[in-house]
Amino acid sequence: MTASAPSRFPHRHILGIEGMSPVEIGTLLDLAEGYIDVSTRKEKLGTLHGRTVMNLFFEDSTRTRTSFELAALRLGADVINMAVANSSVKKGETLIDTALTLHAMHPDVLIIRHPNSGAPHLLAQKLGCSVINAGDGSHEHPTQALLDALTIRRRKGTIAGLTVAICGDVAHSRVARSNIHLLQTMGARVRVVGPPTLMPPAIDRFGVEVFHDMKKGLTGCDIVMMLRLQLERMDGAFVPSLREYSHFYGLDHEMLAAAKPDALVMHPGPLNRGIEISTEVADEIDRSLILQQVEYGVATRMACLEAVVATLAEAGK
Amino acid sequence: MSVTAFLNARLLDPATNLDTKGGLLIDGGVIAEIGPNVKAPAGAEIVDCGGACLAPGLIDMRVHAREPGEEYKETIATAAGAAVAGGVTTMVCLPNTMPAIDNPALVGFVLQRGREAGLAHVQTYAALTQNTDGHKLAEIGLLQEAGAIAFTDGTKAIDDPVLMRRALTYAKTFNALIVQHPEEPRMAKGGEAHAGELSARLGLSGIPGIAEAMMLERDMRLVEMTGGRYHAGHVSTGEGIEVIRRAKARGLRVTADTAPQYFALNENEIGEYRTFVRLSPPLRPESDRLAVVQGLADGTIDVIASDHAPHDQESKRLPFGQAEPGIIGLETLLPLSLALHHNGKLALLDVLRRLTIAPAELLGLPAGRLAKGAPADLVLFDLDKPWRVEEIKFRSTSKNSPFDNRPMQGHALRTIVAGRTVFTRKA
Repeated sequence: MTASAPSRFPHRHILGIEGMSPVEIGTLLDLAEGYIDVSTRKEKLGTLHGRTVMNLFFEDSTRTRTSFELAALRLGADVINMAVANSSVKKGETLIDTALTLHAMHPDVLIIRHPNSGAPHLLAQKLGCSVINAGDGSHEHPTQALLDALTIRRRKGTIAGLTVAICGDVAHSRVARSNIHLLQTMGARVRVVGPPTLMPPAIDRFGVEVFHDMKKGLTGCDIVMMLRLQLERMDGAFVPSLREYSHFYGLDHEMLAAAKPDALVMHPGPLNRGIEISTEVADEIDRSLILQQVEYGVATRMACLEAVVATLAEAGK
Repeated sequence: MSVTAFLNARLLDPATNLDTKGGLLIDGGVIAEIGPNVKAPAGAEIVDCGGACLAPGLIDMRVHAREPGEEYKETIATAAGAAVAGGVTTMVCLPNTMPAIDNPALVGFVLQRGREAGLAHVQTYAALTQNTDGHKLAEIGLLQEAGAIAFTDGTKAIDDPVLMRRALTYAKTFNALIVQHPEEPRMAKGGEAHAGELSARLGLSGIPGIAEAMMLERDMRLVEMTGGRYHAGHVSTGEGIEVIRRAKARGLRVTADTAPQYFALNENEIGEYRTFVRLSPPLRPESDRLAVVQGLADGTIDVIASDHAPHDQESKRLPFGQAEPGIIGLETLLPLSLALHHNGKLALLDVLRRLTIAPAELLGLPAGRLAKGAPADLVLFDLDKPWRVEEIKFRSTSKNSPFDNRPMQGHALRTIVAGRTVFTRKA
């Protein structure tokens, strides 16, 4: 392998941000930075030539899966997509059995998304290949947090010292958890904003500031990070109605005015326009980073793939 | 049957607070003599206990034997084998099998299987509601006549307060004990772990600790109203235990048990989603673990039961939220309980009380005591022997124990049921 071994990232798996050091996160972001141009030039590299990357998605997700697929292809890997959401798993096969079956095809990296928290950890314990978590239950979505960090870093120069408000359904959000860990590790101040029914238990123990009043929560913020709403939770179960939610926690220009004048807006997508975010804010060229997030997603995932494969190579695998 | 003499033993009987060197004679399956000056009569078989502890055999009032219906996980015979290897001489089977033990013929089936195994005494609960589905009362009187020892829906809470009220009221006719799984089911619905910082970090949906206290508080009102006999199974929270403490202080007929996992482990054992510690109720924070120890020490918790819940690999080798809850416990019940003594939390006789005479009195069993004429159900154990748990040595068909490879102190050397040695530990 010709991969420039990033020995400052000594892990074979990327299962979550929690526990990663600032150096490790910085290493991945630096690697990703280098791939942004490659990505724009549609160049194809040979870094992962001869390697097989397998996408194993137990939940539908067009954008994350495509992003990983493109990243792997740009690095010269062979890519297999398993749309497990509608295959043998529905016939009663367990996760382990599915994974062992696929493992017999000798993938080097397994990208997994699963509705149960901890599913990628189970595979990492049982399989010999690298495992990258593409979102597990309400636990973590590490590559999303990394691409968010890359987006912030490129626009603001640094993450340290920024105040970031993460708004919406923090309780059920893996994006929120990964971002809380990453932003705090890199020296940002993190706030979470949303109704108390959408906050996880013991959120005060995460070292974040908690706001139930969105205007107060946005006051003085550099970054407003919106979370996607799972609409099925908004029908009286966690909040009374969509219109009540969007009235108090939707991001429109009036709400955004509470943040710093140069505050930037982020959203992991897909958007529920007119619910958690207004169309004007989402599409505002100067302040919305939403499309950059998608773009940098590919570069970030290239970095993650390279990093774990380099660790595999160092181990002689 | 000839006389057997157990000599040179440390006799331990919580029922009479006896702790003395001495011997014990067994004749015809019952205890014939006991005390410091017991001598073997001519022709008796003599067992030199070598100074080891001789106590009433343990009575484990929470065992999932999985038969009928899930014999690939455990059978009554294999569970009884595990029981005697753990010093348990009476095990009480929970009724949530497939089908549930909700008619007299099934009670007879379980008891018959127990007799066929010929190891530990096997007793059984019957379902409190038909098919344990919480809607209609099962035939409490007929089930009791068939041999059911108490009534419970096992791992399901009796949710409907009207039904619980009627059950407590109706059961009075038969002086039947009702055992609750004390958890407000809607608070616990879909829950994977104790609700708190750990569950939030791991992204596991949480079961708040107060789900236990809420159900217990409601039930205490119903016990007070009806005068029924009520027992709370596997209590796990400080708040829940406090509810029971207050109810006892007010004179209600209420008792409780807990399982070793709730005083030996806390939620941090989950680590990176270890499904072997997915339990119902879930493992709690350290503060609750300490409250369980305190509840045992002050007698609020009457009984220690293993909550033996065998699961095959396929039920545990799954993402945390899909894994079945429960661990096996028959063979670790004694050493984990003895740790309470070794750690200075409970006197040795108090540890044994919660494993012997307390469940015996609660369930109306003649065993659980070293008394002349009592059944010769005994355990001879080494109080101090250090050893390490090895999964492969478990007698249970299933091996789902989080204690694999853990150092333990003390274990059963010999188990005697109705005067007959049914287990001897190989040196």
